Amino acid sequence: MTASAAGTRTLNPARLLRIGAVLAIGVVTPLLFPAYQSQATELLLFIVFALAWDLVGGQMGYNSFGNVLFVGVGMYAAAIVQVGLYYDVGLYNEAKGGGTQFVFDASQFLTGLGLGLIAAAIAAGLTALLLGSLVLGIRGHYFAICTLGLSIAAGQLAAGIPWIGGGSGMLTPNPPASLGDVGLLLYYLALLLALACTATFAWLLSTRFGLVLNAIRDDEDKAEAMGLPTRRAKITAWVIAAAFLGVAGALYGNQVRFIDPTETAFAGATIGVWMILMALLGGKGTLLGPIVGAILFQVTKELFWTYLLGWQRVALGVLIIIVAVFFPEGIVGYARARSRRSEETP
Amino acid sequence: MRRSQSILSILACALSLGLAPASGGAAEVITLGAAVSQTGKYALNGANTMKGYDLAVKAVNEKGGVDIGGTRYELDIRYYDDESTPARGTELAERLIRQDHVKFILGPYGSGLTKAMLPIVEKHGVPMVEGNGAARELFTKGYRHIFAVLSTSDQYLSGAIDLVAKQAKKLGKEPKDITVALAMENDPFGQDVRAGVLEQIDKHGMQVVIDDQLPPELNDMSVTLAKVKALKPDVLVVSGHEKGALTAVTQLKALKVDVPVLVMTHCDSAKLAETLPEASECAFCAQQWHASLDYKDRWFGSAADFAKRYKETYGEDPPYQAAQSAASVLVYADALARAQSLDPEKVRGALAETDLETFFGPIKFDETGRNRAKPMVLTQIRDGKYKVVSPKKWAAAEAVIPRPAR
Amino acid sequence: MIGNLLILYQAPALGVQLLIDGILIGAVFALAAYGMALVWGVTNIINVAQGEFVMLGGFVAVFCAEHGLPLLLAVPIAAAVLCALGWALFRLVIVHLIGRDMFISVLATFGIAIVLQQVMARVFGAGDRIVDSGLASWFLFDGLVGIAQVKVLVFVCCLALGASLTVFLRRARAGQAIRAVAQEPRAAAVLGIDTDKVYGLTFALNAGICGAAGALAAMAYPIHPYGGLSYTIRSFMIVVVAGLGNLAWVVWAAAGLGVAESFAGFILGPQYQIAFVFGLLVVVLVLRNRMLRRQRQYLR
Repeated sequence: MTASAAGTRTLNPARLLRIGAVLAIGVVTPLLFPAYQSQATELLLFIVFALAWDLVGGQMGYNSFGNVLFVGVGMYAAAIVQVGLYYDVGLYNEAKGGGTQFVFDASQFLTGLGLGLIAAAIAAGLTALLLGSLVLGIRGHYFAICTLGLSIAAGQLAAGIPWIGGGSGMLTPNPPASLGDVGLLLYYLALLLALACTATFAWLLSTRFGLVLNAIRDDEDKAEAMGLPTRRAKITAWVIAAAFLGVAGALYGNQVRFIDPTETAFAGATIGVWMILMALLGGKGTLLGPIVGAILFQVTKELFWTYLLGWQRVALGVLIIIVAVFFPEGIVGYARARSRRSEETP
Repeated sequence: MRRSQSILSILACALSLGLAPASGGAAEVITLGAAVSQTGKYALNGANTMKGYDLAVKAVNEKGGVDIGGTRYELDIRYYDDESTPARGTELAERLIRQDHVKFILGPYGSGLTKAMLPIVEKHGVPMVEGNGAARELFTKGYRHIFAVLSTSDQYLSGAIDLVAKQAKKLGKEPKDITVALAMENDPFGQDVRAGVLEQIDKHGMQVVIDDQLPPELNDMSVTLAKVKALKPDVLVVSGHEKGALTAVTQLKALKVDVPVLVMTHCDSAKLAETLPEASECAFCAQQWHASLDYKDRWFGSAADFAKRYKETYGEDPPYQAAQSAASVLVYADALARAQSLDPEKVRGALAETDLETFFGPIKFDETGRNRAKPMVLTQIRDGKYKVVSPKKWAAAEAVIPRPAR
Repeated sequence: MIGNLLILYQAPALGVQLLIDGILIGAVFALAAYGMALVWGVTNIINVAQGEFVMLGGFVAVFCAEHGLPLLLAVPIAAAVLCALGWALFRLVIVHLIGRDMFISVLATFGIAIVLQQVMARVFGAGDRIVDSGLASWFLFDGLVGIAQVKVLVFVCCLALGASLTVFLRRARAGQAIRAVAQEPRAAAVLGIDTDKVYGLTFALNAGICGAAGALAAMAYPIHPYGGLSYTIRSFMIVVVAGLGNLAWVVWAAAGLGVAESFAGFILGPQYQIAFVFGLLVVVLVLRNRMLRRQRQYLR
C-alpha cells in the first residue's frame, strides 16, 4: 500500500485521462439522468461524509461515532446565515409566523447560500477545535461512545432552542422561482466539494502529516515517545474533517430544505452510523475505499427504500452487522489482500 | 393488530409495485397522496384524518366523482405511515411524488409534519390541501402550494382567555389578578397556540406563573402538575394534541390537582367527554367545527348530516379533525372540476381561487393559502357533552366558571 | 430555569418528590448496568443494544398485559423471551466478535440495536406504551409529594433481582464458571470450562436481565421503540463510574444518576432531560480520562 501511494504523484497521461473521465461523468450525469439528480447529489455528499470520517477513523484510528455533530453544526450555521442576513432568525422560526412574509429573491438566496457555506465550514471547524482539546485525549471505544453522546446531546439541545426552530425544526430559505432548478446548482456545488475533498485528502495523506496520522493509528504511545506532535496532528485532522463535514451538511440541509434537529441535522442513528458503514464497506484507511463504499451504499440504500419500504432501516441495520462482522476490511482491503496473496504465491 | 397491518402493508406494497393504478370499474382514477400518522404519538388523530379523507372520497365518488373534459374520474388515496415524525414525512412525500407519480397531496396530521412536507411539494410543483396544520408560520415563507382549510392556531384558545377575563368576577378577581399556567407541546402548533394565548393574556394584564413545555412524547405532565399544586394558578392551559389532553386529564385526576379553569385543545379527538366525563367536566375546548353549526354543501348536506353519516360508518361521533380532513378532499373535487385539467399547476391556480361552502364551513384562501373565511368555536364539556359557548350566534349554553369543586 | 429553581426553593417538598422519583427509577438503571458490566467483564464486548433489550422486555410485558395475563407473570416471560433472543444473537453475531477489535463489536451491536429498534417500531407502532398497573399513589406532605405504588414495587423487584443475581454468581456452578472466565479465561479453559458456552450463557443472561428490567419498567414508565439508546448510555455511564467489579457501587452510581436526571429534568425542563443524560456521559468520560492521565494512563 505504501509503495504505490508514494510513487504515483506524477501526472502521467493515464492518470490525467482517468481524472478527466471522472470529471466528465460528474458534470454530465445530472443532465443525462435528471430523474436521479437529487440522489446523485446525495451520493456526492455521502462521499464527502465517508472520506471525512475515514481521515479521523481509518487513517488516524480514532473511530468517531459522532461525526454527524459537525454535519449538524454546519447545516444550522448555514441556515442561520442564509436567513439571518435578511431577516430576524428568531422571528422567522417563530410559530406565529412573525407577521411578515419571509421571501428571498435570487440575489439574496445566492448570496446567502455562498456565505452560508463559508459559515458552515468555520462553525464546524471551530466546534472541532473546541471539543477536540477536550475529547481527543480519550481513546478507543470510549472515544467512540463519547462522540456518540456528543452528537445525540447536540441534537437534543438543538431541539430545545426556539431561536432555531426548536423541536419543530427549521426550513431553509425557499428558493425563488426565478432561479429555476436550484437542485442542479446544489449538485454542482456538491461535485466541487467532493472533488476538493478528494484532492485535499490525497495531498494530505501523501505528506508527512499523513504518515503521522497513520503512526498515531498504529501505536500512539510509540509515536508520542518518538516525539511526533500527536496532539496537534489529532486536532488538525479533526478540524479539517469537521470543516468538510460542515459544508457537506450545509448543502445537505439545502437539498432536503427541512432541518429536523434529531433526524436530519444530528442524525446519530442514520447519517452518523452510515458514514462509518460506507468507509468500512469500501475499505477503511484507504483513499478509494470510502468513495467506493459510498457509491455502493447509496445504491443499496435506494434499492432498499424502493423495494423494502417499511423494512429498509432493518435491512440497513442487518447490512451494518454483516459488514462489521464478516467484511470489515471492505472491498478495497479485500482486493489488496487478494492481489498481495497472488503476488506471494509462486 | 399492528403486526398484521404491517404484514398487509408489505404485501400491498409488493403487489402495487408492478401493477398499474387500480381502477374501480369503468371510471378513470385520480390518486391523491397522503402521508399520515398511522403510528406514533399522533396515531389517534392520524386515524381520524384518514377516516375523514376516506368518507369524503366515498361521498364525492357517489355523487359522480369529478368530471374533467367529459371523462368521469373517481378519487382514490394512497397512504403511507409517517410515524408522527417530520423527517419521515419528508421522505414519504418525496416518494409519493417521485416514485408513485402522485400529483395532488393531502396534508398530514399536525403542523410539525405539514411544515416538513412544505418544501417537498413546493420543490416539485405539486399542490397540497391540508386540514390539520394550523400554525401561522406555515404561511409566511412564500410557499405557493399549500392550501389550508382550517383556522390558524392562534385563534384556538384566545377566545377562552377573553371569556375568562370577561367573567373574572366569578373567580372573585380583577382580570389583571388572574394567574395562568401554560403547558404546551414543543411543536409549531403548540407554540402558536401559546403565542395567541399570550397575546390575549398581555391584553388583559394577566400573569403567567408557569410556562412549561410538555415532554416530546406527551406522556407525562407530573412535573408541571406538581408546580400547579404548589402555585395554585387560576387557569391551566394545555395544548398537546389529543395525547396531551388525555395525559392532562388523567394525571390531574391521579395526582388530585384542582384548577378553577381548565382550557385545552383536542378534547373531542381525545374523547374526553365520552370516556372521562367527571374528570373533564367544565373543561373549555377549542374546536374547529361542531355538528350543530349551520353550514351545508352538495356532497354531505349539513354539518349534522355529516355527523350522522360518520357515526353510521365508524360508530362514533366525528371529531373535528375528521371534518376538516373531509373538507380538504371536497376542496380538491371542486378545484379539479373548475380547472378541467390534471396538470398540477392549473389545479393549483384553481385552488387559489376557491370560494366554496362546505359542511365544515366556508373556504376561501388568501394569497398565502390560509382560509380566512371560517371562525373557531369554543365549547365546554357539560355532562359528557360538548356545548358550544362561543361565538354567541351558535352558543347553546352559558359558560360555567369556576369548575365545581369535587 | 431560574423560575424552576425558585419554585424548588419555595416548595421544598417538590425536591423530595424529585429525590424519591430519581431513586426509584435508579433501580432499573442499576439492573441494566449490572448486565452490561457482566457482558463487558466476561466477553470484553460493549453491548450497545442493551437499551433495546430493555425496551423489548417492556414491549413483551405490554403484549402480555394486552392479552390479559397477570402483570407479575410478564416479568419471567419477558426474561425468558429475551434470554432466547440473546442466545440466538450470540450464536449468530456475538460469537464472531469475541477477541476482536472493540470498534467492530461496538459497530456490530449498534447494528443490532438499529435492527431491534426498527422491528419494534414496525410491530408495536412508533408510539410509547405503558402497562396500566391499576395501582394508586401514596401522598405525603399535604398532597404535594406523590409516590406511585407501582414505582416502589418496581424498585423492590429490581433490587431483589440484582441480589439473586449476585447470589447466583457466587454460589451456582454456572455463576462461578462465569466469574472464572472473567478473571482468567485461559486458566478457566485449562481447567475444563467451555469458555464459548460461558460467553453465550453470559450474553443470554444479560439479555434476560434486561428483559426483566424492561418488563418491570413498563409497569411504571413509558416504553418507546426508540427509547433504547438512552438506557444504553445510562448503563455505560454507570459502569464507567462504578467499575466492572462492584455491585454496590453500581447501585450507588445508578441512584445518583436517577436523582441527577430527575432534578435536571425539573430545573432545565423536560425537553432537556435526554440532552442532560448524554451530556453527562461526555463529562464523565472526559473527567475520568483526566484523572487517569495524571497517572499517565488512559481509559482502556
